[in-house]
Amino acid sequence: MFQAMRSAPVADVVVIGSGAGGGTVTKVLADLGVNVTLLEAGPMLNPEKDFKEHMWPFQVGHRGSMEGGASYFGKGRPFGYFSAHAGGWELDGEPYTTGEGSQFRWFRSRIVGGRTNHYGRISLRFADYDFKPYSRDGVGTDWPISYDDIAPYYDKAERFIGVTGSKEGIRSAPDGVFLPCPPPRVHEMLVKRACDKLSIPCVANRLAIITTPTNGRAPCHYCGECGRGCITASNYSSSQVQIFPAMKTGRVKLITGAMARELITDSEGKVTAVSYIDKASRTERQIKCRTVVVTASCCESTRLLLNSRSSRHSNGLANSSGAVGRHLTDSTGFSMSAKTPALEGMPRHDNDGMGGAHLYIPWWLWDKKTDFPRGYHVELGGGYGMPGIGSFAGTAARHEGYGDSLKKAIYDDYGTRVGLSGRGEMIPNKDTYCDIDPNVVDKFGIPALRFHFKWSDAELKQVEHMEKTFTEILEAMGGTVTHSTRPTAEKISVGGEIIHEVGSIRMGDDPKTSPLNKYCQAHDVKNLFVADAAPFVSNPDKNPTLTICALAWRTAEYLAEEMRKGNV
Amino acid sequence: MSKGGVRSQKSEDRIKTTRRDAMRGIAAAMLAGPISLQAGQHVHATTATQTKAAGGIYKPKALNQHEFDTLKMLCEMIVPGASKGGAAEFIDLLSSQNAEMAAIHTGGLAWIDRAMERSAGASFLNAKPEERTVLLDKIAYRKNRTPELAQGIRYFDWARRMTVDAYYTSAAGIREVGFKGNKGMAKFTVPQEAIDYAMKRSPFA
Repeated sequence: MFQAMRSAPVADVVVIGSGAGGGTVTKVLADLGVNVTLLEAGPMLNPEKDFKEHMWPFQVGHRGSMEGGASYFGKGRPFGYFSAHAGGWELDGEPYTTGEGSQFRWFRSRIVGGRTNHYGRISLRFADYDFKPYSRDGVGTDWPISYDDIAPYYDKAERFIGVTGSKEGIRSAPDGVFLPCPPPRVHEMLVKRACDKLSIPCVANRLAIITTPTNGRAPCHYCGECGRGCITASNYSSSQVQIFPAMKTGRVKLITGAMARELITDSEGKVTAVSYIDKASRTERQIKCRTVVVTASCCESTRLLLNSRSSRHSNGLANSSGAVGRHLTDSTGFSMSAKTPALEGMPRHDNDGMGGAHLYIPWWLWDKKTDFPRGYHVELGGGYGMPGIGSFAGTAARHEGYGDSLKKAIYDDYGTRVGLSGRGEMIPNKDTYCDIDPNVVDKFGIPALRFHFKWSDAELKQVEHMEKTFTEILEAMGGTVTHSTRPTAEKISVGGEIIHEVGSIRMGDDPKTSPLNKYCQAHDVKNLFVADAAPFVSNPDKNPTLTICALAWRTAEYLAEEMRKGNV
Repeated sequence: MSKGGVRSQKSEDRIKTTRRDAMRGIAAAMLAGPISLQAGQHVHATTATQTKAAGGIYKPKALNQHEFDTLKMLCEMIVPGASKGGAAEFIDLLSSQNAEMAAIHTGGLAWIDRAMERSAGASFLNAKPEERTVLLDKIAYRKNRTPELAQGIRYFDWARRMTVDAYYTSAAGIREVGFKGNKGMAKFTVPQEAIDYAMKRSPFA
């Protein structure tokens, strides 16, 4: 008794990682009266200081090319100087590796809010059939939950964060709780007309951007620069929309610069503490805890569990199934653009709008036969973006020359290119997974993750379908498409590049094949939950963030209830 | 959201604002709302003026005076008006921070001078305008790639790319290309005349 009283305080819940999953869990638990200790590997975010939302390129000497013109050499911040991310494809001293013959790129943003500070805000519900893929076409695995289980949480998430859209009644793209979407830009109207002609739906985009005042946040002011972060928090980021308000409840203790190293377990196999590296001092610290929710991002959460080895969990924690690290997927990616003569010479106007397209193309052949399983959605690009480094590099290289004719070419070309990007479903395969590299540690001594990745024919056929369809749409608009002669395997994105990693700690009813149960609670370790995209059983043709929020919301409510009952 | 937090002021003493005041102005604008292009250009001009302050002319950091003057003329030929966009200053600044960038430009400019000496017996700066044009008409196109010209063509591509970047990221270039945004709007609308223009010229007319 005496000993217990003298020992360090025990946190009720430690949440590891402050992105979409961690932000949602923190907000929901704090609202339910639960105390949360939130660990973030990066620093605190200060939107007014950190965001470069309305900056002109000429307000910095390097104009956005970064110190020494790094962007000219493919270096520097990958999404550009003005983007709100804090990290990138490579972090100094924090390596990851790839297995022989594999390519994989891993984007990490170490800051409060993680990748939600800069992401594309596309917010699509999974369809009812997306939760039962195996039952539908015999490929992959069914989720242990159905659309009806998660639908109330989609409602809650959408009501809270705010999502634009229109009711369409399309089975592949379930309707949600929508805020009005602003009207389409001119090039988007042309895409829609082309789609109408080809019987392809093209509907209001579903973006986590508020267009009416929502939960005390000011509506969008249409500057088009969501990727730079929004000082008025008119788009969703877990930092501004969930974590900062949750901290005001007084129930959240945020520890920044804290890189989780491993979860410590007792003889019964329960987590008793989280071991982390305090980055500033490079010393190890521990927080005792009653429960832990891992939301470090799909692959970082996987790494943490695999690195939490003990005599009882020699395979890594919550891994008696051996499935931790398996079933990893990313979305397929393929893009194409064409110059559209109808737009040349159009009267210039401010078309900034929301940061992202105002229309999108949901998957439309879900009830038709195709030569590949599953589908993809299409994102639109184009318009008069704020000129920046490289904006006219393509025009200059195509036109060549110099002088007034070059200037005229740039003037004429500006805003005439329309782009289409496909994002589709990848089926988990045995060659795609991550494990711990036995030879490499990061600068904190934490063993590094190693990726193995392979697209299958299913994804390559899907990309061929994208290319054919995009050609039809762009040509119907009067555009001229130039086809790349590279093989499809080189046209498809590199694994990880779309930054939709999901599935490597999947949920399922059978502890022999899935690490988590249907509440994202570890089968092996009752006080351990995972609430990012790692629990996903499949990776449908919808960007994962909204489903991360909905699933994390459900997990947090379940956890709070189990704590109240004394079960964890 | 207020539109254009700062308005341009043309008075003399405003031009003499210190750089720190200019930066403070930007910060204030950031808090109040997007800065207008007009005000932005003013702030830009003010900071540029400060850089020049000492002798009234820009003092290159990485290039020597001859290289800088040569570059300035080259940039102006690539994009007429590039001086207003601070193209040579932009390239010199980046070169002062990056030896690889500096080598591209010092090497490229020296190549141009040598080529000009061979063909016209004078440096690029001292050659006649029509002699400069003859050289640029060769190195501005990939189709002219020969062993003698390849290095020049390669450098011209760098100079063109960076001059275009510098000009079109300056207030003058942004205005010229017709970008109207970065203002913020209370309600997003699309002008009917733009819709009509594109639809009339599209296959859907």
